[in-house]
Amino acid sequence: MLSRVADSIYWMSRYIERAENIARFVDVVNHLVLDLPDQEANQWSSLIQVTEGTELFEQRYGTASEENVIRFMTFDMDNPNSIYSCLWAARENARSVRDAISSEMWEQINRSYLMVKDAQVSNRVDEDAAAFFSHFKKACHLLSGITDITMTHGEGWHFGRMGRLIERADKTSRMVDVKYFVLLPRVDYVGSPYDNLQWAALLKSISAFEMYRKRFRQIVPKQVADFLILDRQFPRSMRYCLSKAEESLYAITGSQPSTFGNLVEQRLGRMRSEMDYADIDEILDDGLHEYLDEFQDKLNGVGDAVYQTFFALSSAPVADEAGGA
Amino acid sequence: MDFNNYNTEEFFDELFVSNGCARPGASILVKRIEELQDGDLVRRQRAAEAAMMNLGITFAVYGDEQGSEKIIPFDIIPRVIEPNDWQLLEAGLKQRITALNLFVDDIYNDQKILRDKIIPEDVILSASSYRKQCVGIKPPKGVWCHITGTDLIRDKDGRFYVLEDNLRCPSGVSYVLENRQLQKRTFPRVFEASRVRPVHDYASRLVQTLGRLAPDHITDPTIVVLTPGVYNSAYFEHSFLAQQMGVELVEGRDLVVRDGFVMMRTTRGFTQVDVIYRRIDDDFIDPLAFREDSALGIPGIMDVYRAGRVALANAPGTGIADDKVVYAYVPDMIKYYLDEEAILPNVPTYLCWRDEDRQYVLDHLSELVVKAANESGGYGMLIGPASTRQEQAEFADKIKASPRNYIAQPVVSLSRAPVIVDDHFEGRHVDLRPYVLYDDDIYVMPGGLTRVALRKGSLVVNSSQGGGSKDTWVIAESPDDAAGSMSQMQQ
Repeated sequence: MLSRVADSIYWMSRYIERAENIARFVDVVNHLVLDLPDQEANQWSSLIQVTEGTELFEQRYGTASEENVIRFMTFDMDNPNSIYSCLWAARENARSVRDAISSEMWEQINRSYLMVKDAQVSNRVDEDAAAFFSHFKKACHLLSGITDITMTHGEGWHFGRMGRLIERADKTSRMVDVKYFVLLPRVDYVGSPYDNLQWAALLKSISAFEMYRKRFRQIVPKQVADFLILDRQFPRSMRYCLSKAEESLYAITGSQPSTFGNLVEQRLGRMRSEMDYADIDEILDDGLHEYLDEFQDKLNGVGDAVYQTFFALSSAPVADEAGGA
Repeated sequence: MDFNNYNTEEFFDELFVSNGCARPGASILVKRIEELQDGDLVRRQRAAEAAMMNLGITFAVYGDEQGSEKIIPFDIIPRVIEPNDWQLLEAGLKQRITALNLFVDDIYNDQKILRDKIIPEDVILSASSYRKQCVGIKPPKGVWCHITGTDLIRDKDGRFYVLEDNLRCPSGVSYVLENRQLQKRTFPRVFEASRVRPVHDYASRLVQTLGRLAPDHITDPTIVVLTPGVYNSAYFEHSFLAQQMGVELVEGRDLVVRDGFVMMRTTRGFTQVDVIYRRIDDDFIDPLAFREDSALGIPGIMDVYRAGRVALANAPGTGIADDKVVYAYVPDMIKYYLDEEAILPNVPTYLCWRDEDRQYVLDHLSELVVKAANESGGYGMLIGPASTRQEQAEFADKIKASPRNYIAQPVVSLSRAPVIVDDHFEGRHVDLRPYVLYDDDIYVMPGGLTRVALRKGSLVVNSSQGGGSKDTWVIAESPDDAAGSMSQMQQ
């Protein structure tokens, strides 16, 4: 497969996943402020922290009002992490590999983009934000289903899945980080109905509420962290994402599991195996924020290695032809 | 909606012999349209447009802000071509392309036609599309123009004329295929009953034509489509064709010349490429051979091509036949190479470098269409009757300064076909671009792109200038040749 094509499929998937996560975040906060009117400003600004857009937001808008934040996170083309920017980038990538993905995938990406673009032009979101975000999330789910049933599960598909899972692991870690940081120090809330509500909101933002209930029933901060970081089977937990990303990586390279022949395999394998033997009490003792911070750094290292290993094939003559085609 | 008030006026109409009298091939269609309930036709038109937007069948608008894309307006009333008209066109195109291919081969090799003084040597050597880098090249099987899209027009009397030959990178075939898909959804029963000849196998034929260009010892050649990139206005077509053929779509940066071969960069290293369907102009394909400032091309690819280690379609250099002065000599070429009279006539053409022609052109600017010899897409053109005195004066200066670069033709009153305008039909001028593949023999796709000048009275059909398109129905003589017939299904 062409390096450029693999690169574009990988980023197309990452951008879609990013957009979907932003929609989840915005949607949940939107719900939350209805229950916690006095916490409103705080909630909205925590949302901007998740995507590390605080500086840009303050320059452009100042106050973290609902309207400003939704506009910034959804439609602002100057915010590289807005839904619109992500969809645009995903679509540009998809367009450059239209021949490599199925036409059904292209059509769905194009429809989703046009939907966001139309909403931006007509400003519909202000009137009915909940409907828009739920509609958009469904569009992303539909794409994910279409991708799985219309595209050959070969190299291209695995690059897409690896990108999607790396992005998802990153977003889950950021959500846990910001929420934990915002929520935990509020001792007066512990055990109050508010507390429950906030943690439930965190779980809902990653569609984890019901699945968490099945495993732990009571909402306890430590267990929520355990579930979102280390759960073996929940598809948005950080560990699950890494282990499935690793599966795709081995499908691409053809290497034996638990060995490594390149930098991505080494870095991703190391991260995944550390998580296999991690324990939530240890993580909390050493500091959750520090743990998540380090996780994000290492994950960026994996992303760099993906680029170096697969996409940056130099045109300069090389002695070793990397095994040919 | 009905055709009761539709007026063909003084033009040849593609669907009607005269007011109220449909041509045989169009009669089922016209009857069905008139049976539709009020608003149904417009609803079908909207549905087709929405489908095009969702499918991303769009072209980028140059110089417009980001995200600005347009669909080429598609009119759901097809254009119909009767079997006997098509037979003539097919024979005429085969003859013309055979001669043009011999001509290009001759120009870059023996130059017999110049030595025999059929075409003045000056005309060829001064053409901006003449590529001295191609002298001495012998492409596989002697074929230079593998893919052609000839522009044809029809005059008042219904006779077809060739307007342009387009031997470089003719575009638009993807619209033919997509229009057909939309059209089948729009009028499924009429389509079936009208015995329309199929176009769906174009991509299979194209990939077969390309595959045969590879050196004989390569049994499973790697074929790619080379595009200038996602911001090119024809990008949709490039990706569409690659997808339909199941081959890689590459950009210049994906390819590199290594050890005498063209290679593409893949996730597992470099892979050899054998055949390139290039949709980049000659000038940009190799910065070492042609334009140094090209960032789109592959340095050194011409050397690989000359050594016969990669095939290019179309071959570099074919643009010489697109020069509008050279065009004027095509009937002479047909006579010279094939000893036949041209089946499809040219539009009469005045060559401004001939003193008497130039004087005539300058005296009659307000009646003629003046064209720059090496422009396309409707640019660099003066339509006399629609021009101002100032525009005529500007063109007079240009012609005097550079007579070789201008030709002039009488205004042809192009044929018309009905289009939907709000709640009724109006006639609009159309042309026709059939696509031709040159393999072991010559295949003319039964259909083609019908472009429509959507502005009332306009003669310019180019999409960059407000043109739209229609599906083109070539009617089969016998039911076996039609799309959807049993013999087709079994193939």
